[in-house]
Amino acid sequence: MRWLLLKDLQILRRSPLLVALLILSPVIIALLIGFALSRGPDEPRVAFLNLVPSNETTFDLGGRTVDATQYSGRLFEAIDPVRVKTRAEAIEKVRSGDALAAVIVPEDAADKLRAELQGAGERPTIEVFYNASDPVKASFVESTVKSRLADANLALSGQFTKVAASYIGLLLRGGGFSLLGQRIDVLGLQRAKTILEAVQASLPARDPGRQALQRAIDFAGLAIDNLDLSNNVLASINQPIRIHRTVLGGKRTPLESFAVAISVTVSLMFVTVLLASGMLALEREENAFPRLVRGLVSRIGLLAEKIGLAAVCAGVVAFAMLAGVGLFVDLDWGRLPLWLLALGAGALAFAALGVAIGGLAREVRAASLLAIMLSLPIAFLALVPNGAVAGGLYDVIRVVSALFPFKPALQAMNAALNDSDPALPVPLLHLLALTLGFGALARLALRRFG
Amino acid sequence: MTTTVATASLSVRELGKRYGERWALRRVSFEAAPGERVAITGPNGAGKTTLLTILAGIQPPTEGSVGQPGGEVGWVPQQPAVYSKLSVRENLALFARLERVPDVRSSVEAMLEQTGLGDRAGEEVGRLSGGSKQRLNIAIGLLAGPAALLLDEPSSSLDPRQRERLWEFIGDLAQGGTTIVWSTHNVQEAERCADRLLVLADGELVFAGSPRALEEAVGASERELDFEAAFVAFLHEQGH
Repeated sequence: MRWLLLKDLQILRRSPLLVALLILSPVIIALLIGFALSRGPDEPRVAFLNLVPSNETTFDLGGRTVDATQYSGRLFEAIDPVRVKTRAEAIEKVRSGDALAAVIVPEDAADKLRAELQGAGERPTIEVFYNASDPVKASFVESTVKSRLADANLALSGQFTKVAASYIGLLLRGGGFSLLGQRIDVLGLQRAKTILEAVQASLPARDPGRQALQRAIDFAGLAIDNLDLSNNVLASINQPIRIHRTVLGGKRTPLESFAVAISVTVSLMFVTVLLASGMLALEREENAFPRLVRGLVSRIGLLAEKIGLAAVCAGVVAFAMLAGVGLFVDLDWGRLPLWLLALGAGALAFAALGVAIGGLAREVRAASLLAIMLSLPIAFLALVPNGAVAGGLYDVIRVVSALFPFKPALQAMNAALNDSDPALPVPLLHLLALTLGFGALARLALRRFG
Repeated sequence: MTTTVATASLSVRELGKRYGERWALRRVSFEAAPGERVAITGPNGAGKTTLLTILAGIQPPTEGSVGQPGGEVGWVPQQPAVYSKLSVRENLALFARLERVPDVRSSVEAMLEQTGLGDRAGEEVGRLSGGSKQRLNIAIGLLAGPAALLLDEPSSSLDPRQRERLWEFIGDLAQGGTTIVWSTHNVQEAERCADRLLVLADGELVFAGSPRALEEAVGASERELDFEAAFVAFLHEQGH
C-alpha cells in the first residue's frame, strides 16, 4: 500500500494544474460562501437631494431644538449616498443606473414639519425614486429606505411625545413658555386647585358659591389624577411593543465564526470527495485495477489507501485555510486538538463518500461530475435553517442531510471552533458511522469495477 | 475435451464459471507445456476472457481447479494497465515492488532491455505509442518471471507493424521457455502464431489441437477453404 500511496502522490505532483484547480476552486468557493454569509448586502448607491435650506434644518419644537440632518444621517448608515444638486439630476442618476434609488427631501419639509407640530398644515412628504432593473437590489433599497424612514418617523414621534408631555406637564404643574417672542405664564391645574380650595375655605359654610367651587375643584382633581398618567400612555404610543430577546436551543455563535466553520467544511468536502473519487476511478481508467487486485493489493487495502490519501491531503489544505483565516478572524488556538479531531473525522467521512462515488462512477470525469452534483446540493440542504421551509419538508431535509457527511462535519467543525451545540462527540460518532457506511458501499461498488 | 502435456506449466481441470443461472464456462480442461504458444479463440461471448481472468486469479471459478506447477502466472490485460503520468521505468519499478520482486532495480533494467524500451525509460507513458505501451504492459506481466504469461487480446489495438513486432517479442519469450496463452478473435493470427488452438463456444471447449488439425477436421484442403473459412465451418458443424 505504501508504494501505491507514493505512486498517487507522484501522479498528483505530475498534475500541477489539476492539483491547483482541485485546491483553489473549493477554497475560493468556500471563502465566497463564508464571505457572503458573514457580510450583509452591499450598501446600495442612492442619490440624495436635500432641498431644505441649510439654515432651516433645525427648528424649535416645544422649547427643544430638533436637527433634521440627524435623521438623514440614519439613512446614510445603510446606503452609499450620492449627493446631487437638482431633482432632475437625482432622477437621471436612477434612470442611468448610476444609483439604484433617489431620495428627495422637498424644500418645504421643515416648514411642514414645524406646522404639523403646531397642529396645522399637512405632513411633509419625502420623494423616493427606484430603479427596478435588479430586482434583488431594488427590493433591498426599497426595504432599506422604508425602514430608515420608519426609524426617522419613530424618532420624530418620540420628539412629539416629549413635546406633548411637556405641554401636559405645563397644564398640570404650570410654568412658562415662549410664544412669538413673548413669555407666557400658565397657572397649572395643581395650583388652580390649590387656589380654588383656598377661596372655597374662605367662603361662609352656607354660601351657594361653595358648591360651584367644589365642582371646579373636583374637576381639577380628576384632571390632575388622569393627566398624571398621560406620560406613561404617551410613552407607550411612542414605543408600543418592547422586545425582549431570548435564545432558545444551542449556544450563540457569532456569524463570522460560523462562516469560518462553513468555509472550512465546504473546502474540506470538495477537496476530499473530488480527490478520493478521482483517484479511485483513475485506477479503473488506467486499467490497473484488475492487475492490482490479482494478489498485489486487496480491495479493502486499495480503498483504505485512497481514503487515507484524500483525507490527509484535504486535511492539510483545510488546516492551512483555517490557519490563513485565523490571521483575520479571532480563533481560539487553544482548541487546536479539537480542530484536528473534527478535520480528521470529517475528512475520513468525505473520503469514504468519495471512494463510493468513484466506485460507482468508474470514470474520472464521471466521478468528478457526480461528486460535484452530489456535494453541492447536500451542502446547501444542510444549511437550510429550521423554520425556513415547511415543517414536513424540513424533516425530509434533516433526514437527507443526516445521510451525508456535510452536516455532521459542519457541526463537528463548529463545535471544535466555537464550542457550539451539539457537543463534538455527537457529530464525531455520526461521521464515524458514515465513514463505515460509505466504505461498505464503495467495497460493494468494486464488485463491478474491473 | 481434455488435452494433456507431459510437463505442464499450467494445468486446468474441469473449470466452470456460473453467473446467476447462466454458465459462462463449463467443464474446461487443458494443460500447457513450457514454451508452448496456446491461442484461445471462439465467437463473442464464448467465455475466452472469463477463462483467462480465472487463470490469472482475478476471479474465482465456480467449480474446477487451476494448477500452476511451473510457478507464477503473469497477466497482461487487453488494454495497457499502466499509469500514464509515470515514466516507463517508474511503472516497472512500482509493479516490481508490488510483486515483491527481490531485486527491483535489476528486474527493471532487464525488462527495459528485453522490451527494447531502454531508450524511452524516462518518458511519461502517456506519450508512448500504442505498441510501446503494449510492450510495457507485457513487460509488467513478466516482472515476476512467470512460468506462463496470459494475454487478453494483446494485438487488438495495434497496427500491422506493431503487431508484427509484438509477435516477434512473444516468440522470443516462448523460445525462452515461457508458456504463452492468449485470447484472440483474429483466427489468422492464431493460425500463424499458435502451436495449439483452444476453441471455446458457449462456454465449452469444442476443439483443442493445432491449426492444421482444425483444418483437417473440416476437410479444408478438399473444400479449398482458407483457415478463417475452415474455422467458421468447424463452428457451424459444431452447431454454433
